[in-house]
Amino acid sequence: MANSILTLTKINKVYNPGEPSEVAVLHDIDMEMKRGEFVAIMGPSGSGKSTLLNIIGLLDRPTSGSLTINGQDTGGLKDAEITHLRGHKIGFVFQYHYLISAFTALENVMMPMLVDHGFQTEQAEARANELIRRVGLTHVAHHRSNDMSGGQQQRVAIARGLAMNPDILLADEPTGNLDTESTKSIFELMREVNRTSGTSILLITHNHDLGRQCDRIIQVVDGRIVT
Amino acid sequence: MKRWLPFEWIAAIRFLLEGKLQSIFIIVGISIGVGVIVFMSAMLTGLQSNFIKRVLTSQAHIQILPPDQLARPQRHGPQEVEDPIIQRPSQRLVSIDQWQKIRRQLETMPEIAVVAPTAAGSALAKRGDASRAITLNGVEPENYFLVVRVPDYLVQGQARLLSDDILIGIDLAKDLGATVGDKLNVTTSSGGERILTIIGLLDFGNKGANSRSTFVSLRTAQSLLGMLGGVATIDLSLKDIYAAEDIAKNIQSSNDVIADSWIKTNAQFFTAIRAQNLTNMLIRVFVGLSVAFGIAAVLVVSVIQRSRDIGILRAMGTSRGQIMRLFLIQGGVLGFFGSLIGSALGGFALLYWHATARQADGTELFPLIIDYHLFLWTAVLASFTGLLAAMAPAVRAAKLDPVVAIRG
Repeated sequence: MANSILTLTKINKVYNPGEPSEVAVLHDIDMEMKRGEFVAIMGPSGSGKSTLLNIIGLLDRPTSGSLTINGQDTGGLKDAEITHLRGHKIGFVFQYHYLISAFTALENVMMPMLVDHGFQTEQAEARANELIRRVGLTHVAHHRSNDMSGGQQQRVAIARGLAMNPDILLADEPTGNLDTESTKSIFELMREVNRTSGTSILLITHNHDLGRQCDRIIQVVDGRIVT
Repeated sequence: MKRWLPFEWIAAIRFLLEGKLQSIFIIVGISIGVGVIVFMSAMLTGLQSNFIKRVLTSQAHIQILPPDQLARPQRHGPQEVEDPIIQRPSQRLVSIDQWQKIRRQLETMPEIAVVAPTAAGSALAKRGDASRAITLNGVEPENYFLVVRVPDYLVQGQARLLSDDILIGIDLAKDLGATVGDKLNVTTSSGGERILTIIGLLDFGNKGANSRSTFVSLRTAQSLLGMLGGVATIDLSLKDIYAAEDIAKNIQSSNDVIADSWIKTNAQFFTAIRAQNLTNMLIRVFVGLSVAFGIAAVLVVSVIQRSRDIGILRAMGTSRGQIMRLFLIQGGVLGFFGSLIGSALGGFALLYWHATARQADGTELFPLIIDYHLFLWTAVLASFTGLLAAMAPAVRAAKLDPVVAIRG
């Protein structure tokens, strides 16, 4: 267990329980992920992949079941503790980049550190610059996110996801809106991060090519893990 | 990004700068509101100070009089009244009992600025064949002239009161055919008679006062009115004119005198001032409210527009408190900048109005009183209003579920 970054036991998620609109999205999900693993979650639309990712990312809470991240059970945590854990252990990359358009690329990468620290520090600046370099965007570091291509924006988003040096990076279809070329380079970037930094990555994708290149594929159908 | 600025401030300012048009519109709205408040308050203060100056430099803020003289029924024994019909006695001119002691006591009260004992009564002024009834006001000029600004009304001669000097109104001078330097024979019903020299002429802007009011030194009046060493009234000038009624009650309760405040003797005038202040306050409150709702409306929209940003910030570990502060700061900043521009607008409007609006006689309509406190308070209040107005949107932003927010 010490080697697991993530353990899910009997996770259920029901929306609007007790109401006529009640929907059960996840059924008894058991799942484990090793430290440094690069796992793909695949499955048809509406199968509950995103909900699963949101629960793992502590954005959403399961209706029942237990979730352990890096050995810490998240069940009884208060809102502030959840927020702290989310800020320090987990990085997000979404299908849409969700960069904050009021800030430049570099500032977006710096944002998680700024949020955590309260103030901008020299270390944060140095780290953001380093991350921007690593994703190959030094030349557009001071551009606003609206002035960048989709691939560039997603690279910034990955750099931002890595800013706090998280234990696990959660990526929800990060290449869903990108052309083949960008998709390839974004995936290679994640692979490289996974290898060099040992960051565990959980990737939702519809792209079977990408899935095959991951360490493992988890198939989710109708809220259940089938493989 | 500035190193010394906390995250919430950086984000708040960036958000405001990004939504430029919204920010500009709401700041213009706040500025107009603040401008109206500043302009109105300053103009009203000026107008009122003008009115008050006119009313209160021609009379005492509190006048202390001896108590009414009453006749008491004569009694034989308990329940037995000798003569049940009581006539009100005629009010002789009497001195305030132990006025020196009362004066010393009044002089120690911190609320009172000036204490001026006066001996006043009626007299007859004669010159040649002409004679006129006058009101003789015996005063200590060094005190009394601070209560009633007699020198301000001087049109000829000088405002000096030695024992043989008398200051008279211009209409009385006309009636008696006298001018500065002429002598008047002043007699009173108590038998006093004295020749006084006209030292100056006064114009109060009121025919009644101009043909009756005269001023002599306190000692001269005392001897003419037959009240040696006594005074008929003690006139007070206060530091806070609006406290007059309370101070008057206070004095009356601790001494055997009657204390009339200017508020009581000018009830109508005071009601007008009060109504004006109330109107001013109501306008301020409602303008403030509309500004507050404007800020709130803009921020509510902003929260909706920014829900994805909020969601992503929450996903990267931003606490609810930080999100809330982010929006509160936006409200405060809007209020603050709106108040700065509004104060400038109000100030310019005031200068312009002051320069162009004239009274019928060409003098200024109101004195220009630009009190920096007004601007300071307006800025503080507007920022605070902004904060308050941002409360509901900020709470709403903080409560956003990150999953819902990101989904849009």
